[in-house]
Amino acid sequence: MSVDLQTVKRVAHLARIAVSEEDAERMTGELNAILGFVEQLNEVDVSGIEPMTSVTPMDMKKRQDVVTDGGKAADIVANAPATEENFFLVPKVVE
Amino acid sequence: MSDLTQLTISQARAKLHGKEITATEITEAYLSAIDRANPALNAYVAVTGDKARDMAKASDARLVKGEGGALEGIPLGIKDLFGTEGVHTQACSHVLDGFKPRYESTVTSNLWADGAVMLGKLNMDEFAMGSSNETSYYGPVINPWRRSRLDTVVMPTTHQGDGGFVSAGGTRTARSLDNAQLVPGGSSGGSATAVSAFLCAGATATDTGGSIRQPAAFTGTVGIKPTYGRCSRWGIVAFASSLDQAGPIARDVRDAAILLKSMASVDPKDTTSVDMPVPDYEAAIGKPIKGMKVGIPREYRVEGMPEEIEALWQKGIAWLKDAGAEIVDISLPHTKYALPAYYIVAPAEASSNLARYDGVRYGLRVPGKDIVDMYEKTRAAGFGREVKRRIMIGTYVLSAGYYDAYYLQAQKVRNLIKRDFETVFAAGVDVILTPATPSAAFGIADEDMAADPVKMYLNDIFTVTVNMAGLPGIAVPAGLDAKGLPLGLQLIGRPFDEETLFQTAAIIEQAAGTFQPEKWW
Repeated sequence: MSVDLQTVKRVAHLARIAVSEEDAERMTGELNAILGFVEQLNEVDVSGIEPMTSVTPMDMKKRQDVVTDGGKAADIVANAPATEENFFLVPKVVE
Repeated sequence: MSDLTQLTISQARAKLHGKEITATEITEAYLSAIDRANPALNAYVAVTGDKARDMAKASDARLVKGEGGALEGIPLGIKDLFGTEGVHTQACSHVLDGFKPRYESTVTSNLWADGAVMLGKLNMDEFAMGSSNETSYYGPVINPWRRSRLDTVVMPTTHQGDGGFVSAGGTRTARSLDNAQLVPGGSSGGSATAVSAFLCAGATATDTGGSIRQPAAFTGTVGIKPTYGRCSRWGIVAFASSLDQAGPIARDVRDAAILLKSMASVDPKDTTSVDMPVPDYEAAIGKPIKGMKVGIPREYRVEGMPEEIEALWQKGIAWLKDAGAEIVDISLPHTKYALPAYYIVAPAEASSNLARYDGVRYGLRVPGKDIVDMYEKTRAAGFGREVKRRIMIGTYVLSAGYYDAYYLQAQKVRNLIKRDFETVFAAGVDVILTPATPSAAFGIADEDMAADPVKMYLNDIFTVTVNMAGLPGIAVPAGLDAKGLPLGLQLIGRPFDEETLFQTAAIIEQAAGTFQPEKWW
């Protein structure tokens, strides 16, 4: 399978990365080189093989359903580019 | 002791606990070495001198009272991927501009609890995506090793006056260093360079497809990627969560064992952290390997591999045989599919992990006409080319209509890769010996690799299988090539059997010796 310019632009938008026409053209070539490389996986017979879900057989650890942390609003917003009274500020999303 | 930076961790530990030297002295020695070398090598992206001096002072107070921990007063470098409270943590990406976390990663917390001193944060490929440390926002790291050539020098006949000497002419050979700058490998290039150039006693690193072992091999240092789940991932910037593991890079096998003992722990904050006590890895060093079964996988003999790598591998086989190991030929038939499967699984996980960099919660924000425009502009400006490439691949293979063909297929192949290893271990193989990399260190801005991303990816051909199967792997220096550059061998072990890796790597180290670059910086 290979991608065309339109697909690259669509994927860039899904990934929320702005691309120029020139970027998209360059990426098309690079992505096709990588997709060409991974193509060889199709020759592997995987009939009856389960997809891997966990590399080490282990049961998901469960914690007690209790509050162990919190009250750190100031820490959480400390690194944000724009905040006001412990809220993250973003461009207006609702008219 | 003239230069304290030359001490290994085990030597420094003995001198610190024996009160022959102080933590302050050794820390100052490293800080001045960094000061002199960093402009040339670019290994550190942030040096935390004040913090290091404070930590060293506290270590000295504990050492005086005889209360020193396992790493008391040992100065370490920390890869920029580890969250360090109040200190530069950017995964060497522009998108995390100015980020100083309000928390400390579990691995670094463990090191500080054992008394280690932080010298600063180490350069790396952006988000650990790269094999040459050239994708860092902070510029490439330079390998302290340079190629050298043997020159035949004709000695002039000279006569000097009274009391002088007379040289009769003739020829001699001399090694002269080439000026070309080489990469230290990646993604933990800063860690490998800092350890190799004596800019820290040891360093933390991480390995998703070979990012500890390949730079260790390129710099003549020892690097171990432990079993998935041995070191907590909590507080480490995530790249591909099912593959990422932290581990140390050190100057010798014993130092790597000492560091891993401190880094590893059982952590309730990481659900994939395994519930098993951490053994005393150092105790495995020096144990004989008589009767141990060493597997040699035929699939690791790849087309176009330099003669020297094959010769190194044969040397490694001979050393282990001489030490009493039984050498057996094995087959890992799905080896060639590990790298293509990796380049689906790792970008898929990365595209999801890196979705969090949106210009809202931390780091860079580029304003836009609405929120989506802000996201897109922020991410376009914040991520470098390689990172964007991988996010794009990941987004594509996870997108509707392609998930089964790519992602599901890759995860099935991954199970087959794991099964290959399980089969040979079940047949009694204790450890597997392979080359660590298909070549020695290459030049900065290598044109072939810049033109074709897949060429760069091939660096990880021998290391990536280990991540796909979640196994432990260690790279240990085994010799120099004809140009005087270090080459490494890799040992792969059973899950959570890091002890056998240290035990066997120590045998290789004993036979091969340790390697130091000639100082030019």
